[in-house]
Amino acid sequence: MAIRAKLAAFGNRSLATAIASRYRFISTLVLAEHEGGPSLREAAQAASCYPSVSQVLLADSDKFTHPLAEPWAKLLHVVHKKGNFSHIVTASDSFGKNILPRAAALLDVSPITDVIEVSGSHLFVRPIYAGNALSTIRYTGSDPCMLTIRSTSFPVASMSAHSKSSAAAIEQVDLSTFSEDDAVGKSKFVKLSSQDTERPDLGNARIVVTGGRGLKSAENFKMIEKLAEKLGAAVGATRAAVDAGFVPNELQVGQTGKIVGPELYMAFGVSGAIQHLAGITDSKVIVAINKDADAPIFQVADYGIVGDLFEVIPELLEKLPEKK
Amino acid sequence: MTMKIMVAIKRVIDYAVKIRVKPDKTGVETSNVKMSMNPFCEIALEEALRIKESGRASEVVAVSVGTAQCADTLRTGLAMGADRAIHVDYPGSLYPLSIAKILKALVEAEKPGLLLLGKQAIDDDCNQTGQMVAGLLKWPQGTFASKVVLDQEKQVVTVDREVDGGLETLCLELPAVITTDLRLNQPRYATLPNIMKAKSKVITKVTPQELNVEIKSDLDVVQVTEPPKRKAGVVVSSVDELIDKLKNEVHII
Repeated sequence: MAIRAKLAAFGNRSLATAIASRYRFISTLVLAEHEGGPSLREAAQAASCYPSVSQVLLADSDKFTHPLAEPWAKLLHVVHKKGNFSHIVTASDSFGKNILPRAAALLDVSPITDVIEVSGSHLFVRPIYAGNALSTIRYTGSDPCMLTIRSTSFPVASMSAHSKSSAAAIEQVDLSTFSEDDAVGKSKFVKLSSQDTERPDLGNARIVVTGGRGLKSAENFKMIEKLAEKLGAAVGATRAAVDAGFVPNELQVGQTGKIVGPELYMAFGVSGAIQHLAGITDSKVIVAINKDADAPIFQVADYGIVGDLFEVIPELLEKLPEKK
Repeated sequence: MTMKIMVAIKRVIDYAVKIRVKPDKTGVETSNVKMSMNPFCEIALEEALRIKESGRASEVVAVSVGTAQCADTLRTGLAMGADRAIHVDYPGSLYPLSIAKILKALVEAEKPGLLLLGKQAIDDDCNQTGQMVAGLLKWPQGTFASKVVLDQEKQVVTVDREVDGGLETLCLELPAVITTDLRLNQPRYATLPNIMKAKSKVITKVTPQELNVEIKSDLDVVQVTEPPKRKAGVVVSSVDELIDKLKNEVHII
């Protein structure tokens, strides 16, 4: 069974490939994002080494420099018309969520977003109501079945040792039919403002240290950053902490922010609103520090300390071993 | 200066209600449950009203698709300040693709310069409709917006988007679709005089059939279940005990 992967670019988002190989969908198109780093060609070569990838499609054009939904959705449309895939999969991040539904509309299919479990080739589980219920959905329409998957719910695909020799073919996408008539060109990228940071990415971090309203100020929030540094962890925040201006929006964890699934999640001064808990339930071990013993966060925490975070954090900083 | 703004509104279980999964697993209990306007839709409507109040739009039209009770939610939108409303009456369940097709038909009839929607509904958490209607209309899209600046002279809208890497700024040609994120604005409450005034505002009722939209479904909800519950763990008495647990019980640090 051929599994194809189209990668206009490729980063570390190999999870969709893992699903494709596990469930042997007839032919799955994986849309992957590639952030900086190697050149497009190098990224495609890296993608071609995954055992489940049988083909890498490379769309090399200035139109795809920025993650604009209009050209990217059109690209998926064009590529599908030629390849007739049974499934089109991308990660459920702000890149995938922006593009895939638009492409699905162009192909007249209902996408299934935020998949956390693949139960069959057309049967999927996704959370609804901020994770307070799980909905099992069957796709009954015609091909392609289009999905965004929650990356924290799936293992990362590994490159096997011998794979270099059996690398998949890399093929250029024929962009001659890529028309300018639609919305392509009606949106322009202006800028991306981001915090340059050495810390690991929230979505992939092994440890996440999160601060809530209990931190009280942006100044105090630096304690969270210090602790994260010591643990080699990513920094997260609750909506309340972001709304109060302690930290920028991209650190928000929860239903409408980032979904995380680290080995260790440490929550300081976080009460545990359902919208926040929706983003952390994939975590292996949850630790909560809050002075309110009745805070809902303790109902999901594996270990809790009822106490003042302004005393606990300095003590942790002193006693925790240096990161490996 | 005659730009019209259309805002799509969804009626959902109120955000403060703790939902219950039905014992027969067909869905979530909605009878005798408080219903409200989806919070992201409130933000979309608020933004439309602010644009109109700043003199850059002439009319705000609120639209909703669903059962007869959607008219109540639209009435709330009218009380917030929308000029009129359109209720697309449909009793069954609808998925975002159908909603997008209905919205496309409404846009073609009303010809707004801007279509505003919430980025997602807090019931199904789909986060699809805005992107889909933009695709169907061949309009540019600005999803997850935290800032919207309209330039009428140039006929463009500049949108700050909340993305994983930070804040992305896009410039879109009008007409455009914008979906709103949490931090775009703080929606107003409807005041009593405005609630009274809203009673005389017009809600036009249409059906998907009248809009020539065929409703077909390619999705089947097999079951809705409770998520596995995380068990509450232990409260430890000291930082030393915590570090010991993390080291020797779960071997993380």
